[in-house]
Amino acid sequence: MAAVQETVDRVKSIDVSEYKYGFFSDIEADKAPKGLSEDIVRFISAKKNEPAWLTEWRLEAYRRWLTMREPSWARVNFPPVDYQDLYYYSAPKTAAGPKSLDEVDPELLKVYEKLGIPLKEQEILAGVQNPDVPERKIAVDAVFDSVSVVTTFKEELSKAGVVFCPISEAVHTHPELVRKYLGSVVPTTDNYYATLNSAVFSDGSFVYIPPGVRCPMELSTYFRINEQNTGQFERTLIIADKGAYVSYLEGCTAPKRDENQLHAAVVELIAHEDAEIKYSTVQNWYPGDADGKGGIYNFVTKRGECRGDNSKISWTQVETGSAITWKYPSCVLRGDNSRGEFYSIAISNGHQQVDSGTKMIHLGKNTTSRVISKGISAGKSQNTYRGQISAHRKATGARNFTNCDSLLIGNSCGAHTVPYIESKNPSTQFEHEATTSKISEDQLFYCQQRGLSAEEATALIVNGFVRDVLQQLPMEFAVEAQKLIAISLEGSVG
Amino acid sequence: MLEVKNLNVSIGGRKILNDFTLTVQDGEVAAIMGPNGTGKSTLSYVIAGRKDYTVESGEVLLNGVELLGLEPDVRAAKGLFLAFQYPLEIPGVATMTFLKAALNAQRKQRGEDEISTPDFMKRVKEAGDRLGIKPDMLKRALNVGFSGGEKKRMDILQMALLEPSFGILDETDSGLDIDALKVVAEGVNSLRTPKRGFLVITHYQRLLDYIVPDTVHVMAQGRIVRTGGKELALELEQSGYRDYMAEEAA
Repeated sequence: MAAVQETVDRVKSIDVSEYKYGFFSDIEADKAPKGLSEDIVRFISAKKNEPAWLTEWRLEAYRRWLTMREPSWARVNFPPVDYQDLYYYSAPKTAAGPKSLDEVDPELLKVYEKLGIPLKEQEILAGVQNPDVPERKIAVDAVFDSVSVVTTFKEELSKAGVVFCPISEAVHTHPELVRKYLGSVVPTTDNYYATLNSAVFSDGSFVYIPPGVRCPMELSTYFRINEQNTGQFERTLIIADKGAYVSYLEGCTAPKRDENQLHAAVVELIAHEDAEIKYSTVQNWYPGDADGKGGIYNFVTKRGECRGDNSKISWTQVETGSAITWKYPSCVLRGDNSRGEFYSIAISNGHQQVDSGTKMIHLGKNTTSRVISKGISAGKSQNTYRGQISAHRKATGARNFTNCDSLLIGNSCGAHTVPYIESKNPSTQFEHEATTSKISEDQLFYCQQRGLSAEEATALIVNGFVRDVLQQLPMEFAVEAQKLIAISLEGSVG
Repeated sequence: MLEVKNLNVSIGGRKILNDFTLTVQDGEVAAIMGPNGTGKSTLSYVIAGRKDYTVESGEVLLNGVELLGLEPDVRAAKGLFLAFQYPLEIPGVATMTFLKAALNAQRKQRGEDEISTPDFMKRVKEAGDRLGIKPDMLKRALNVGFSGGEKKRMDILQMALLEPSFGILDETDSGLDIDALKVVAEGVNSLRTPKRGFLVITHYQRLLDYIVPDTVHVMAQGRIVRTGGKELALELEQSGYRDYMAEEAA
């Protein structure tokens, strides 16, 4: 309960129109010229000193992208994006590649301090030491605009054989791994935004867990878009080799701006035999102001492949930000007995538009998947769950359970559920449950009669609604997410 | 002390309370009886601050403080408790969590410190034991999957914890079998003090066998039409509300 109370206090202390992370930092940046062309693609590749094969890989994607069209099937509306009016590369201007935190621009460190993200390893240790909880460490990779600025706990991780570094670095240190896996789950031809990302991706995290290793700490990446008119195109690649385990968390924020900023990321996960990857996202991009001006366009392709038998991939997401969200973290269940999970909380308020969900593609025998989606719409927002569950002819014994609940707050928002379910063999068992409810006046009045204010009552009811999913998040982030939920819903009670 | 003076209330242009006047003294248990649709539940909702109603004129004073115009949670913190005819379900919110949130919200409103967890646990356990509420029930989501009797007992448990200065029971007997009714009535009786007043709204006399009122009021057409002692309830049991309905028709 303390957490709910804290949430409420925090909401009260914030001005209704204040997006907490909306500050802009004046840090000198090294930018590519505006616009997109083969030259820009080469420029980005050259900046990162990439091998020829990667430059060519990017160029192929770029040429392909020129022939593609933006997808229009999602239930979102926005004016056309002028892809020539964007910067595709922006890096804080510092001497190439800081070796340690001491070399990182102090202004930059201040940004992360403001965001509450610990980058100093001692601080991280100090911060999580709690007599009740065994010591937990979290390694952080911080990505600022187009580049990774710092990665913590690298040494300790490398002792365990774990590789956790910016992907731009992995290209040089582990070229064989990058070349083998990059684009193997989300091919360069996959979709408009993923193809664009393949051409211009700047940085992101690379994780490799060797066979039989259980990653000794949580890994996390924080993405921050700072520069104006800058697209962020990060690329994350996570590989869990045979019998490995890793839990990874991604967090995102951006400054308040009147213009829309584009974020088109690609995340690829590969789980080999008996391996498990748990991927959590707390997405809090700037959602735009009360009139729907500004905010991030979040057009993201996330896909994991359970390549080996008995492997498991689990996505957990808490989506509260972005003006538009277009995102379907998916699992390709190729290995026999493999398992995919998707737990989602998507909250929309103001003029936000969310079209999000998942795909569970059952290819192997006796594969199982579970989808729990909680959509909450308030204000004038539209919130759509779009989910595809399919079973291949050979995916005998495949099973899926989907539960998809929507909660409406107020009278001007919308919730939509669009399931696509297809099975090509008779032995599958797919279940789909969906509910739509509204926080009733009766519930609010009941809570108020017992002493809770309208805001406290709403926070309590919403937290109850999303409980099943919150439980899936790593503990530290569950508390964070709970706060975020209340903040996102501020002003939604009339 | 609760004083309702010349209260006129309508909903969607339809008049429901008609110059309603009633005083309940400290420590008094007053019963309001009357046929369906005569405004009994409206009265309890208006006193507690539900927004669907238009209060045209009148006063509602709790211990001398005007309640009209205050938010429902502020009224609660001032000592008003309403036991619902149909207590609401709050999915995903553990009963314990809800109880503590409500208690602390009221304390905060009154400028008091939050209750300590051991104190809170002790008080819940004591009240729960009295009402036959098993610890297991407190871990479940509030009222979700509870039987009618369990929901009513849970409401009385909340009243015991929140220690209001005035309690309104809105048709608390509806949907209860005789055993559940006795448990709920005993719970209420244990909360009777020389200071705490109650307004018991009921359709049937049955509840008043167990919660014995000091005064009985008959309500018809949005106001009190007759007042007497506890024997009036028995009389009504015999004669029904026909006479009052006839009066309405006339």
